[in-house]
Amino acid sequence: MDNVLRFRDDEVHEEPAVTLDSFFGQSNATAVRLEDGEDARQLIPYLDRLALIEIGFSNFGDGRGYSAARILREHGYTGELRAQGDVLVDQLAFMQRCGFDSFAPEKPIDAADAQTALSRWDNVYQKAADDRTPIWSKRHG
Amino acid sequence: MYKYDSFDQQMVDTRVEEFRDQVERRLAGKITEDQFKPLRLKNGLYLQLHAYMLRVAVPYGTLNSEQMRMLAHIARKYDRGYGHFTTRQNIQYNWIKLEDAPDILADLATVEMHAIQTSGNCIRNISSDQYAGAAADEVADPRPYAELLRQWSSFHPEFNYLPRKFKFAVIAADEDRAAMRLHDIGIQIVRNDAGEIGARYYAGGGMGRTPMIAPLIREFVPIGELVSYAEAILRVYNRYGRRDNKYKARIKILVHEMGAEKFIEEVEAEFVHLQGQNIDAPAAELERIIAHFEEPAFESGLSEDIDRTDPDFAVWLDQNVDAHKRPGYAIATISLKPAGGIPGDASSAQMDLMADLAEQFSFDECRVTHSQNIVLPHVRKADLYALWQKLDEAGLASPNLDLISDIIACPGLDYCSLANARSIPVAQKIAKRFADIDRQKELGELKLKISGCINACGHHHAGHIGILGVDRKGTENYQLLLGGSGAEDVSLAKITGPGFDEDGIVDAIETVTDVYVAQREDDERFVDTYRRLGMAPFKEALYG
Ligand code: SF4
Repeated sequence: MDNVLRFRDDEVHEEPAVTLDSFFGQSNATAVRLEDGEDARQLIPYLDRLALIEIGFSNFGDGRGYSAARILREHGYTGELRAQGDVLVDQLAFMQRCGFDSFAPEKPIDAADAQTALSRWDNVYQKAADDRTPIWSKRHG
Repeated sequence: MYKYDSFDQQMVDTRVEEFRDQVERRLAGKITEDQFKPLRLKNGLYLQLHAYMLRVAVPYGTLNSEQMRMLAHIARKYDRGYGHFTTRQNIQYNWIKLEDAPDILADLATVEMHAIQTSGNCIRNISSDQYAGAAADEVADPRPYAELLRQWSSFHPEFNYLPRKFKFAVIAADEDRAAMRLHDIGIQIVRNDAGEIGARYYAGGGMGRTPMIAPLIREFVPIGELVSYAEAILRVYNRYGRRDNKYKARIKILVHEMGAEKFIEEVEAEFVHLQGQNIDAPAAELERIIAHFEEPAFESGLSEDIDRTDPDFAVWLDQNVDAHKRPGYAIATISLKPAGGIPGDASSAQMDLMADLAEQFSFDECRVTHSQNIVLPHVRKADLYALWQKLDEAGLASPNLDLISDIIACPGLDYCSLANARSIPVAQKIAKRFADIDRQKELGELKLKISGCINACGHHHAGHIGILGVDRKGTENYQLLLGGSGAEDVSLAKITGPGFDEDGIVDAIETVTDVYVAQREDDERFVDTYRRLGMAPFKEALYG
């Protein structure tokens, strides 16, 4: 857990995330991990009881996890959403906008660099899974 | 024209800062080339054979004179005095130093320009009809819709690591001047029976190795949901597009493999879900953007007369000038295809001149076309002769719009690291062979397009005549294709047979045009004759 950058105030969830297969075999797990390309919508019936969903990025260029994250948030998931794997500083801001609130990069990211990356953009053009107000909304009060 | 407000300006300025920081980290060795590559690509910076290439976005191909002057300035200060207008209505500079790139972007930002998402696996600059706002046949000016999509797609958090690049074209007329159905998403702005504006969506078109014409995905999307429908398509693509093979990663392969019907089902389901997510801007935002594209102050009561005394002018007038929606006005195309030149190239001095002419004669506006020419959209008929004289002096008055020497050619082996063969010298040889303008006019509309490899940046599949450079046992070889079109009669060209060497391909072009001249009926175009007769007579003449 040393490398996890976490942007939540609640307690760290200690239970390790299980694979999607074992999650379905083990009805009481509260943490699950999705690999690239696994269908996030399968988790919709269980979102209430999940405290941690980890989404794996095997390669930073594989962007399926961004859609998975947003889908989970759009369906009301409020627990921790963690990006794990080939997570680089230049992806953090996009990930955060898609609903990730913790990051477990394989290669550690300097906390100050992460802060710079996450605070760089004062405004955004589109609605996403975070609570930021799009520019079009600001333009029209 | 669209004018940035403080938000737009701030977004572009922030990007410059971010990129400066990324370049500094790269130069300091803090990030690897592998990690830097997708970052620089999202700013249009490619590593080519000899140097970095920078691609600057020209949203929907529209420029004002100040912006055109800035493009000239960048060519002069950071490149070798040239820029290359592309088939994506953008401009590329071929001799850029990495350490200069942040300064170039900063210069661009001062005139509301950028290189955001001009490459990389993300939503690219959106192209449109170069006659937007001037054509008589349009339902509306398509550019406000393209601008709405530009803003939505800029730094879209979910769609920056797509399986592959993603291109939109937006048009609003039945005549397709933007090869709309050869895009990942093609949108035609239409009016329904109730008189409401909406978007007809096509998806899954493209060129490249596996050319496809985009099927219709939805007949009418209410304009207020333009963005959420695009979002639905992109999400389906991002989730299900292939990532195992970059040659099969474009959305056209997904639509093809899934089948259009199933694809539409997925998109519609996602659309229903997204309709609840408050993704679309309110109507007031679209109205705000539309107001920026208000018509210029056209004069009324202008003369329709044009003095045709000068025969050279008359040739240009007949070929390069099109009808405008307003009486007394015309649309003039400046050809960037002089005989022996490099298709789409313009020098700094030429860019400055085009900027002056746009300012003086065309309400401060010009357009880049996907055939790599420049359009002055709103010229008074009475000014055409004066305009032509200035163009002629500068070597910009080639009267060859849509003729055989108005060639689209990709950079090819002279610049591009992926190339199999040179494109530019072939284009030059063909232009030379057919240099006689009377002969060109005799051949009529003939769209010739050349790509230096299978990636098809030169749109060879969409050429009435296409040429594809291949590598045959280590030597450059050229395949000939016939019968393509990127217009409303969209079709994909077919290969005639075995390829030719560099001189052979020029002869082969002459052979097929001879067949056309001998066989045409009435005022058939080359492509019409081909469609009527099929490949056989052309093949017979080529390979006997
Ligand atoms: S078609 Fe091939 S050679 Fe030409 S620019 Fe594209 S990648 Fe390069």
